[in-house]
Amino acid sequence: MSVLVYTESENGKFKKNALEVASYATEVAKLLGTNAVAISINATENETLGTYGISKVLNVSNDKLSVFNAKGYANTITQAAKAENAQVIITSSSTDAKYLAPLVSASLKAGYAPNVVAAPESTSPFTVKRTVFSNKGFALTQINTDIKVVGVSNNSFGIIENATTAAVENFDASLEDSNFSTKSIEVDKIIGKATIADADIVVSGGRGLKGPENWGMIEELADVLGAATACSKPVSDLGWRPHGEHVGQTGKPVASNLYIAIGISGAIQHLAGVSASKTKVVINTDPEAPFFKAADYGIVGDAFEVVPQLIEKLKEFKAQNA
Amino acid sequence: MKILVCISNVPDTTSKINFIDGDTKFDTNGVQFVINPNDEFGLTRAMWFKEKQGATVHVVSVGGPTIEPTIRKSLAIGADEAIRINAEPTDGFFVAQQLAEVVKNGDYNLIIAGRESIDYNGGMVPGILASLLDMNFVNTCISLEIDGENATAQREIDGGKETLTTSLPLVIGGQKGLVQESDLKIPNMRGIMMARQKKLTVVEPVDALNTTQDTKFEKPAAKGAVKLIDASNVDELISLLHNEAKVI
Repeated sequence: MSVLVYTESENGKFKKNALEVASYATEVAKLLGTNAVAISINATENETLGTYGISKVLNVSNDKLSVFNAKGYANTITQAAKAENAQVIITSSSTDAKYLAPLVSASLKAGYAPNVVAAPESTSPFTVKRTVFSNKGFALTQINTDIKVVGVSNNSFGIIENATTAAVENFDASLEDSNFSTKSIEVDKIIGKATIADADIVVSGGRGLKGPENWGMIEELADVLGAATACSKPVSDLGWRPHGEHVGQTGKPVASNLYIAIGISGAIQHLAGVSASKTKVVINTDPEAPFFKAADYGIVGDAFEVVPQLIEKLKEFKAQNA
Repeated sequence: MKILVCISNVPDTTSKINFIDGDTKFDTNGVQFVINPNDEFGLTRAMWFKEKQGATVHVVSVGGPTIEPTIRKSLAIGADEAIRINAEPTDGFFVAQQLAEVVKNGDYNLIIAGRESIDYNGGMVPGILASLLDMNFVNTCISLEIDGENATAQREIDGGKETLTTSLPLVIGGQKGLVQESDLKIPNMRGIMMARQKKLTVVEPVDALNTTQDTKFEKPAAKGAVKLIDASNVDELISLLHNEAKVI
């Protein structure tokens, strides 16, 4: 018996969410009185997972998996789960993890609970707390199957050190060509910038900014903070910003440490999508904007005056605290 | 091309969410139900395949008789026929098993579901369905073209998008982008009248694994009052974010 966690990497380096799910797996293993085993695909520095309590890493090196392929990755994880006799399989909430987790769940006939925000409430029955209704509520979900798949929400459990020594073993999965009938032919991705999925800080603009030509200050503010940029639904519907930036109920969820909403009134769908963010700041001319009720800090004022000042002051702050 | 669009009947995005019966059930009182937005983008793309490429489009949903208005709406938008699987959807795994049976019996080669429903946010129906049927699968799909048996799809990834080639039979987990918001169709009177005449078959569920159950619900803790900072004093905001919230 074991707990198996899929630790994602990019260009060989573990992603931040990999460290969080490794920490989570360690906690689940402790509750079950077993060990946490990680599976990594084409990652280097596998030993570092020991810092987060992982006692064994199954290291998969396979050129066929150099580009993400949901079926190929899911099949590899499934084979590892069988080899390790895994009782619980843990994944992150990245787009790729949410693509492959249902495939793992189906092939192992394992119940799957996504968007889990805390360590299991109990292990018998196995019960986890997860967000439902697009963050407008939580459910306690009991997984009844022998094998369980748990998807951990980004930035919910946190990264927790629990130092041990991770033994790294090579693991070969047998993958037939039929696993690769869906092929990636082009990846169009922002390089070197934080993404909404894993940024600590997200700066988001709404219709209050009046037009796409005014996004320069949003991008500058994001640059100063090392933040990702996002927008409200009307802004993406109007074509001012790409759809990938739309956050909210039908767009992307945000679970950053800091979310700064500029010129966004705070429709219920938007507030749901960003509610998992830990600290929210709102800048809006309208003191009656619903977002003020959901925010931690607010400035009633004109974004075109406040934001440039904020950029200048933050630059000074960063210079002093560098 | 024979398309099956999987529809979930969900609370409108503006709904206030409350729980009843000792927080064990979602309170449907006063809630307006709609086609799950992620499914509606897929349904609208299916209509495009019907108009431009002569596809046949059926819709399917799992639920009791109360979901029929939502099914009729998808017929009014233009789907040819509908199937209702007469069972309470307990979780995504259960729903996928029911849908798999309909796909096997109906000879569909393109199945379009939403990437997730906005109520229970399982996000597992299209993936489990594809796995049970051993079909190709593209999730978070934002563009789809079909040429004969070949498909080109784009999917959203963290920080960008990816273009994929694949082939029918294919399962799609769709979302906004598959069509634009402005392409969504509001059924007209003629569509609504015609929908009444269209075939809606009710089928009984098959035996299925019950893998999970939601035993209790809760609402997020109430938020404390906002701290307002004067617009001329952004230094104070920076200081609060640094010293109090500790986020910068």
